[in-house]
Amino acid sequence: MEYVLVNAYSIFPIIQKGVCSMSLLKVEELSKLYDGETRVLKNVSFEANAGEFLSVIGPSGAGKSTLLRCINRMVEISGGKVKFDGIDVGAMKKKELRKLRTNIGMIFQHYNLVPRLTVIENVLHGRFGYKSTLQGVLGRFTEEEKERAFFLLQKLGISEHAYKRCDQLSGGQQQRVGICRALIQEPKLILCDEPIASLDPNSSKVIMDYLKTISTELGITCIVNLHQVEVAKEYADRIIGLKEGEIVFDGPSKVLYRDQIEHIYGIESRELITV
Amino acid sequence: MNEKRMHAKKWQTTFFLIIIIVVTYLSTSITNFNLIDGMLTIPAAIGWMFSNLLITQDSIAKMPQILEKLGETIFMSIAATTLAAVVSLFLALMGSKTTKVNQFFSVIARFIASFSRNIPVVAWSLILLISFGQNSMTGFLALFVATVGFLTRAFIESVDEANQSSVEALTATGATYFHIVSKAVIPQSLPQMLSWILFMIETNIRSATLVGILTGTGIGYMFDLYYKNMNYNVVALITFTIVIAVIVIELLSNKIRKVIL
Ligand SMILES: Nc1ncnc2c1ncn2[C@@H]1O[C@H](COP(=O)(O)OP(=O)(O)O)[C@@H](O)[C@H]1O
Ligand SMILES: [Mg+2]
Repeated sequence: MEYVLVNAYSIFPIIQKGVCSMSLLKVEELSKLYDGETRVLKNVSFEANAGEFLSVIGPSGAGKSTLLRCINRMVEISGGKVKFDGIDVGAMKKKELRKLRTNIGMIFQHYNLVPRLTVIENVLHGRFGYKSTLQGVLGRFTEEEKERAFFLLQKLGISEHAYKRCDQLSGGQQQRVGICRALIQEPKLILCDEPIASLDPNSSKVIMDYLKTISTELGITCIVNLHQVEVAKEYADRIIGLKEGEIVFDGPSKVLYRDQIEHIYGIESRELITV
Repeated sequence: MNEKRMHAKKWQTTFFLIIIIVVTYLSTSITNFNLIDGMLTIPAAIGWMFSNLLITQDSIAKMPQILEKLGETIFMSIAATTLAAVVSLFLALMGSKTTKVNQFFSVIARFIASFSRNIPVVAWSLILLISFGQNSMTGFLALFVATVGFLTRAFIESVDEANQSSVEALTATGATYFHIVSKAVIPQSLPQMLSWILFMIETNIRSATLVGILTGTGIGYMFDLYYKNMNYNVVALITFTIVIAVIVIELLSNKIRKVIL
């Protein structure tokens, strides 16, 4: 039955408006062990196309965060391959890895900003990947970069807070700063690790709407870890269900039905689903 | 639930009180220290202080000399602390789990920190006296070494607790190690680090007096000299000046702390 589900995606190909459906990311038989014993990821394989909005769902401990961190190699890959733009991520040297990371933005549950610094400073941090050590340490940013940072803050509706310290902002606003920091990298892919898990429903909707716009308008691929199935179904083109490190569902959001959700989360968490 | 916790707390307090009483009793009986006798000598001691430790016209004449020595001591403490802070920052970055370069340096840094921290500053002075003799270098080094230990430990904690998440985020953007340290870790931890440095300057000014007695430098040496000559009026003046200086410095650093935090 699981195999049928995994293949469901190929039956309903999604055609992106104006974006060619070229494969951007290819994960092949990926496995991850932290301690040499327990396999946190087991033979995970999937592809993501340019401009696709993909959501990874699964109970906590399923390996969602680990999966994202293997893609930009924040954790080392134990087995299998991750290919970004056709290049093997696992084999990259330090310099190539830096270049890879400039192409991949990352958004976190707890925003991961530097709280004492201003909003604009935090946004500009997204440019470090393009800077030499000296340029970065001296804080040399071009006028263009600063203008771009402002433009992004405007787009996300927080430009009036540009010179405030980040710790004075609400959670939703901080997450928007996080999004700006990712966007100023000019990434092809954005990884979001539970971006709305610490936010109230209103801010959550705002953030999810922005992420959706980013994928449709800018053609940036988004892979979003979520634990709210309803949100995933509402926003994602495609959902990957992860359970104990294995993909147990991969298909368009609309074919994710109740029994599959129950299979991913286990029967006991039935209440979770209707949230 | 709440009531239960309160009950447990009450019981804990009683338990600790009993332990303290038992330990006090045991230690007094082992050391032959009689609490009652000890208490009875206090009035006499106070009486002696009031009759001997008087600041007189004569002793006021020594003021310029005292101030000079006090200044010497204060500057030595500040110099030892700031230099130690620079070294500690480096060691803390090596030792912290969020900014360490590799495991080997991390262990080394932590070892240096705990080694120098767990030997009191007086012991350091005595150890260093052997190799450097009685001069201001010995006192400086003793303060420096003990401060490196303390500050490294404190800095590691500031770096660890404040920066884990932003270090992760910046690493993910492709930032280099020096970008992350200079533009995220240090700006975030600096106020707390400065606060520790101020605390250490205060502590070191107090310790420097004591160290000075051993190494024969600064205000401590002057204290020792007049004390041995039984010129208690000058001793009183010196003590009084030290107290005032320490209070002023504490007030000053509290002010600075308020501004930076
Ligand atoms: N750095 C780590 N070291 C060891 N084990 C880890 C580490 N990070 C995660 N794990 C383990 O890997 C499993 C998957 O974790 P994670 O990827 O965070 O799951 P999720 O994001 O789906 O909740 C968990 O059992 C967790 O304990
Ligand atoms: Mg997670």
